[in-house]
Amino acid sequence: MPAGTLYRGREGMWSWVAHRVTGVLIFFFLFAHVLDTALVRVSPQAYNSTIATYKTWPVNLMEYGLTAAILFHALNGLRVIAVDFWAKGPKYQRQMLWTVVTVWVVLMAGAFYPILQETLRNWFG
Amino acid sequence: MAIETTGSISGVELTNDRPTDPSAFLIEPPRTRTKRTGRKSRTNFEMLAWLFMRLSGVVLVFLVLGHLIIQLILDGGVTKISFAFVAGRWASPFWQGWDLLMLWLAMLHGANGMRTVINDYAERDTTRFWLKVLLVTATVFTVLLGTLVIFTFDPNIS
Ligand code: HEM
Repeated sequence: MPAGTLYRGREGMWSWVAHRVTGVLIFFFLFAHVLDTALVRVSPQAYNSTIATYKTWPVNLMEYGLTAAILFHALNGLRVIAVDFWAKGPKYQRQMLWTVVTVWVVLMAGAFYPILQETLRNWFG
Repeated sequence: MAIETTGSISGVELTNDRPTDPSAFLIEPPRTRTKRTGRKSRTNFEMLAWLFMRLSGVVLVFLVLGHLIIQLILDGGVTKISFAFVAGRWASPFWQGWDLLMLWLAMLHGANGMRTVINDYAERDTTRFWLKVLLVTATVFTVLLGTLVIFTFDPNIS
């Protein structure tokens, strides 16, 4: 590779990568999620037995991860919108990114027990 | 500084260890019309798509985060979800409307985002074309299925 052609962006590049990865991930989940919900048109048993897998601990952990992905994408999406429409957005984009990360960490900490309560109760009584 | 679109770059000394064809330096402005640009169809589709991503994003913040709070956080988290729980919520036109709007906005927002991702990484015309056919098929199918389920839901199904 010729020297000096590798783009080394800073925080902005990584937030863009994270926004793209989370967006694609959410899209694939949504596709599956509409299919599993459609089972309510088949029978209560079909729906309930599928939803039962959502309550097992591996899937419960994935729900926490999915929440993390959606919350980051949502908060960072608001930042992108602010950069595009707010006159001072580009100037403060870095501060807004750290605000996004901070709010994300706080909310994910707050969601830890409510989302994982069943798993935590099973593991630690 | 004006951007040259005709192929000559003024004021640049070209030395021998660099490409000597000036067009090697040329980056066409995004809106330049080239031979491959269709002559008709001068619509604002890309601008409208860009705007839609932002408008739908703002609405989705409320719809999706509200959905997560109700389904995963309140009243014991996922454990409470069952057929009866769904039946209880969809008895109300408000929640039916919420879910319907969320389905349409999220699918269209997500599909348009996937279109951008496909355009970025699939370089061959035919690959791009077939990936988009797949994307549109999956999106139309999912939106229609979800809409049908919301409208035809029957709490007394056995
Ligand atoms: C929760 C609220 C949401 C907000 C505020 C939001 C915001 C945004 C914005 C502003 C963009 C455009 C980024 C750009 O042009 O650079 C975007 C892209 C995208 N979004 Fe969302 N979004 C949300 C929810 C979703 C959902 C539910 C999905 C999946 C179904 C999704 C999937 C995508 C994808 C795949 C992209 C394209 C990413 C890329 O081009 O790199 N988003 N989002």
